[in-house]
Amino acid sequence: MIRFHGVTKTYAGGTTAVDDLTLTAPTGQITVLVGPSGCGKTTSLRMVNRLIEPTSGTITLDDRDTASLKASELRRGMGYVIQHAGLFPHRTVLDNIGTVPRLLGWKRAAIRERGMELLELVGLGPELAGRYPAQLSGGQQQRVGVARALAADPPVMLMDEPFSAVDPIVREQLQDEFLRLQGELGKTILFVTHDIDEAIKLGDQVAVFRVGGRLAQVSDPAYLLAHPADDFVADFVGKDRGYRSLQFQAAPRLTLHPERTALLGERPDSGRDPWVLVLDDADAPLGWVDTTLLAGPITREDLHRGGTVATVSGSLRAALDAALSSPSRRGVIVDDSGAFTGTVRAHEVLTIIEHTERPPLEEEAVT
Amino acid sequence: MTWLSSHWSDVFSLARDHVYLAGLPLVIGLLLALPLGWAANRSRTAYPVIITTTGLLYTIPSLAMFVLLPGILGLQILDPRNVVVAMTIYTVALLARTVADGLSSVPAEVLQAATGMGLRGTRRFVTVELPLAVPVISAGLRVAAMSNVSIVSVASLIGVSQLGDLLTDGFNRVIQGELVTGIVACMVLALVFDTVIVVGTRLLTPWRSTQVAPA
Amino acid sequence: MTSLVWAWLTRAASWQGEGGIPHRLLQHVEYTLVVVLIAALLAIPVGLFVGHTGRGRWLVSSANIARAVPTLGLLFAVTLWVGPHIRGNLAFVVPSVIVLVLLAMPPILSGTYAGIEAVDPEARDAAAGVGMTGGEVLRQVEIPNALPLMLSGLRSAVLQVLATATISASVGMGGLGRFLIDGQQQGDYGQAAGGALLVALLALVIDALLAGLQRLVVSPGLTDRASRRSRRGNDSPAGGKVHAANPVDAATTV
Repeated sequence: MIRFHGVTKTYAGGTTAVDDLTLTAPTGQITVLVGPSGCGKTTSLRMVNRLIEPTSGTITLDDRDTASLKASELRRGMGYVIQHAGLFPHRTVLDNIGTVPRLLGWKRAAIRERGMELLELVGLGPELAGRYPAQLSGGQQQRVGVARALAADPPVMLMDEPFSAVDPIVREQLQDEFLRLQGELGKTILFVTHDIDEAIKLGDQVAVFRVGGRLAQVSDPAYLLAHPADDFVADFVGKDRGYRSLQFQAAPRLTLHPERTALLGERPDSGRDPWVLVLDDADAPLGWVDTTLLAGPITREDLHRGGTVATVSGSLRAALDAALSSPSRRGVIVDDSGAFTGTVRAHEVLTIIEHTERPPLEEEAVT
Repeated sequence: MTWLSSHWSDVFSLARDHVYLAGLPLVIGLLLALPLGWAANRSRTAYPVIITTTGLLYTIPSLAMFVLLPGILGLQILDPRNVVVAMTIYTVALLARTVADGLSSVPAEVLQAATGMGLRGTRRFVTVELPLAVPVISAGLRVAAMSNVSIVSVASLIGVSQLGDLLTDGFNRVIQGELVTGIVACMVLALVFDTVIVVGTRLLTPWRSTQVAPA
Repeated sequence: MTSLVWAWLTRAASWQGEGGIPHRLLQHVEYTLVVVLIAALLAIPVGLFVGHTGRGRWLVSSANIARAVPTLGLLFAVTLWVGPHIRGNLAFVVPSVIVLVLLAMPPILSGTYAGIEAVDPEARDAAAGVGMTGGEVLRQVEIPNALPLMLSGLRSAVLQVLATATISASVGMGGLGRFLIDGQQQGDYGQAAGGALLVALLALVIDALLAGLQRLVVSPGLTDRASRRSRRGNDSPAGGKVHAANPVDAATTV
């Protein structure tokens, strides 16, 4: 557990980067620090491993004052991931990953084994072990950066905008993998980002900072969306709050309707409704087909791929989006193995939403 | 200083010779380096060949070059043309790479825009690439100028007359005033060359002096 | 010319004794190595300090201004002023060594400094962040990454010294330069040109050896990055020939 006790950081010119920060990052959870530029989130993070020293206040790690340890020792016990990975260009991927174990004096064979293990853990192939950072893509470099942070199996990870420097598709992949990893490893993570959507997606707890280094609100993502503490937070969290908050609500038993289905190569006639759902051999949905436009048997070119697909156990947001995006206006729902189970209509999902309770307002002020 | 005051005319005539021997190669060298640098910048195969060859030439110590060239060129050892050729070789060797680097520093977007507007080949080179490469080339030219002024003085050891004579004579006859005058004269000359190049660069690149300082 | 040179080279007397080719060659190489070693011992720590801490940058810029001083003049001046104070044979060597060391320091200093400066600041931050002490950051991250530029600086220093040592023969120092100077004075063009040829060859051989050393010592992960980072422009189409010493950076003056 990481605790900030009234931590302040001021610089010589008079700027206050962090103003009286008191915050607890619970063990085994991801606490995201988010806010606009100049709000002190990165400074706060860097005070935990003492790359920046606080002007006043203390930071404790499991109730031990971080200032009581030697800085380099403190850091060897924490994973540190930064925006462009900061890999050492003169060392191979494997050597990069083994940096902290090497500093701690592990045996070479153990370092190598651990390195290969971690490469697999972060989703990289073993052939990358002997390559140099300059030969990797941005996403690959970031993964190596995470592997390097995990090498000595530290209980705590500090991550400073680790996914900001890659393109959106890669970023989403990295975020999903990160969540999967955390599910396996359960580390105490302090994560800095300027992207509120990333914060909401990844955080168990989100701490919003305002410019000047003051904490505006600390709560879990659903609560943050439902009850922003003031105008600044409301503004920062942005629009579509209602819609985005749906991702936190599991879809309870949806009423599923049966649907006319077909396989590729078949030639269904147009019934009352022109839309037919095409499935593959495993009953997984491939797309909708407008039978009034069919010239012959169904081919891949006839498929309308606009609709998204939601799982039965997924969120209300996914179910609603499936309904809204489907060309037939009936959202495709699949079971956990990916096989088609039925469709829902938008108004049915909305009815469920209307009857769902929002997170209750807490009496106590935050932090 | 006393020595200088009684030898003004000698110093001036030696300085004039020095300017010729150091300056003419700068001009010729630059003119030769432009096409070489251009070729090196364009072609992936030409670049290593040109750069390595010029690098090797630059490696040859100056005195050795001054001694070998008369034999190669078939000139008398005292002929100042040996020095001019030697200095030109050094200037080209240094500037070829500078020109190549300067041209490669022109942003690709600018080149594409120019081509998109219909500028091609020599026209584009002269009106777009070269002007934008001027800052880099100019920096290299300044180094070449200082280098040339210093190296030319070595030619006194093989008997070619210029400011270096003040050095050799001042040393051989132990006349401190003369030696110091020689050193200072060389430095002043180097400074003059440098200033001329800086001013010239500024004239050629009027857009740089209007740069707004970052907020 | 070739016949004269050939005659001198093939004469047995040219190879014997103190004035013979092997001895002079050895002298030349010895002087160069000793001078560069001294200059490196002096300049590298300063360069590391300036690059690592960011202080004392004025030292580096003033080193570059010294480029304007004519080498020959410096040699003569130091010999005249320092020489008389030294007894015996060393009187010919010490002033030249002083000047040579002074000339060798700027390229080593700026190469070291530039090399450290060129280290990716993110790599440096990560190094501190994973728990390396200041010394470990310097040894394990900064120096290995600074090597390409450091070695470039060393390489130009070696060539600089080699060339100036040739000229030092005019103030009485030994080495291959003696053949050029003596040959000049004796009107023996074969000797002068022969010596010049040997000096040129020595320079080329040593440069090639150093280039090979660079390739051996520098991490393969750095070859393209180093060239891309230190050159002003975009990627030079240099491909593999990264370590050709750049005369502009080298700023040799002789």
